[in-house]
Amino acid sequence: MEGRKTALYERHVAAGAKIVPFAGYLMPIQYHSINAEHRKVRESAGVFDVSHMGEIWIKGEGALDFVNRITVNNASKLQTNQAQYSGMLHENGGFVDDLIVYRYPDRFLLVVNAANREKDFAWIKQHAPSGVEVKNASNRITLLAVQGRNAPAIVQKLTDTKLDEIKFYWFREGEIAGRRAIISATGYTGEAGFELYVDNEDAEHVWDAVLEAGKEFEIEPVGLGARDTLRLEMRFALYGNDIDETTNPLEAGLGWITKVNKGEFIGRDAVMQVKEKGITRKLVGFEVEDKAIPRKNYQCYQSDTKIGKVTSGAWSPSLDKGIGLAYLDKEFTAVGTKFELDVRGKRKPARVVETPFYKRPY
Amino acid sequence: MANVPKELKYSEEHEWVRVDGDNATIGITDYAQGELGDVVFLELPEPGEEFKQGDSFGSIEAVKTVADLYSPVSGAVTEVNEALDDAPEKVNESPYGDGWLIKLELTDSTELDGLMDAEAYAQHIEQE
Repeated sequence: MEGRKTALYERHVAAGAKIVPFAGYLMPIQYHSINAEHRKVRESAGVFDVSHMGEIWIKGEGALDFVNRITVNNASKLQTNQAQYSGMLHENGGFVDDLIVYRYPDRFLLVVNAANREKDFAWIKQHAPSGVEVKNASNRITLLAVQGRNAPAIVQKLTDTKLDEIKFYWFREGEIAGRRAIISATGYTGEAGFELYVDNEDAEHVWDAVLEAGKEFEIEPVGLGARDTLRLEMRFALYGNDIDETTNPLEAGLGWITKVNKGEFIGRDAVMQVKEKGITRKLVGFEVEDKAIPRKNYQCYQSDTKIGKVTSGAWSPSLDKGIGLAYLDKEFTAVGTKFELDVRGKRKPARVVETPFYKRPY
Repeated sequence: MANVPKELKYSEEHEWVRVDGDNATIGITDYAQGELGDVVFLELPEPGEEFKQGDSFGSIEAVKTVADLYSPVSGAVTEVNEALDDAPEKVNESPYGDGWLIKLELTDSTELDGLMDAEAYAQHIEQE
C-alpha cells in the first residue's frame, strides 16, 4: 500500500488498526469494529486522527473580502475566535468543496477535505488578488477529534483553558498536555467535543495524553469507518458523496450557509438562477423499512419510474436500521414519501424521513 | 495473521468447507471476515435449494461493503445457520465455529480435490 502517513501512523499500526488508502493517505478505517467504535462515541468518548484534512491560511490586506468572495457563508459575521461551516462554489454553482472557516484577528484558517486539498489550494491561489497571501499548512498540522459526551471532561484534564467558555463553533489557542494547540468546539459526529490542531512533532504526545486522560471514561481510538456512520446519522454532508461539482447548495439542503444577500461571491449568480427557477431535485434522508443497507449509487424508484439515487448509506448502529441520503426528484421529497430502493436487483421499501436521523439525549 | 485451520478445504472466494461423509459445512474464512468488517446481516438460502459449484448461494452485508457468497461445492442445502439472524457477529467472532453458514449434501465429492488445502490458501491470501 502506498500513501502518505500521518504523524500518528505508527500509533495506529501498534493499536492493531486496519489501514486503508484514503485521499492519498494511509488511514485507520477501524481498530477492531466500526459498530463498537461508533457506539463508544455515542455512549462515552472516542478520539480520531483526521490529520488528512487540509489547512490553508489566508492573510494580508483584503483577506476578509477575499474569503467572502470565495465562500458562500458570510465571513463578515465572524468574530475573532469564531468559526463557521461554509462552501466554495464554481461559477456554475457546483461545489469546489465544503469547509470550516476560522477567524483570527489578522487572518483566516480554512479547513478543507483531504481529497480536495491540492485542488482547493490551487483554486484559492488562482483567485487570490495581490496582497492576499495563501499558505498550505496541511503537511505540518495534526488534527485530533475528541468526540462524545465525556470528551469535554477528558480534554479539560489536559488544559488550563476553560473549555465551558468555548461555545459551539468557537475556538481558542491554548495548550493541550503542555503543547501549543488550537482548541476548536467543532466535530463531525453530532456529539459534544473538541477538535485539536497541533504541530506534527507534538502529535504522539498529545494523542497519548488524550488516551491516558480518557482512561476513566474508557476512551478508544476511532477509525474513519465509524466517522462515516456517525456523520451520516447527523446528515452531515460528505464531499464526493452528497455534494460535489455537480450539486448546488440549494438542492443539497445547504441554503442555510449560502448567504446570497451578503454581496458578490463566486457562484452567486448560478445560485440566484436556481432560486428563481426552483430546484428540480433535493437531498433527503430516508430509512429502509426492510432489512437492507443502502449504498452509494443504488437507484430509487416509484413503480417503474426512476426518481433518484443514493449518495450515502449505512446500517445505522444507533437506530439499528438501514439509513441513507438520496437525491430525489422534487415531487418525491416530502417527509413520509414512500419509494423503493433497488438493492442489487431486489426492491426494498423505503421512506423519506426527517433529519438528523439521530438526536443526542443530553 | 488470519487463522487458517489445517483440516479444512478452501475456495478462491474465501469460503471454507468441512467434510463429514457426504455432508459439507460451509462458511467464510477468518481472512474474509476481517476484510469485510462487522457483519450486519446475511441472506442465506432455504433448506432444499440446490447449488452447483461456483453458484452464488446468498450474500453477506457488512458495514462498509456487501459480498456475494459462492458455493465451493455442488449440493443441496440441508441446514442453514439460523442463529445468525439474531447474532450475525458470530461470523466475525467465530468464522470456523458458530459462524458457519450452511450445510450441504454433496453431489460430487471429487470437487473437493479442486479446492485448496490450508497451505495453498495461506499462500493465496498472502498474495491478495
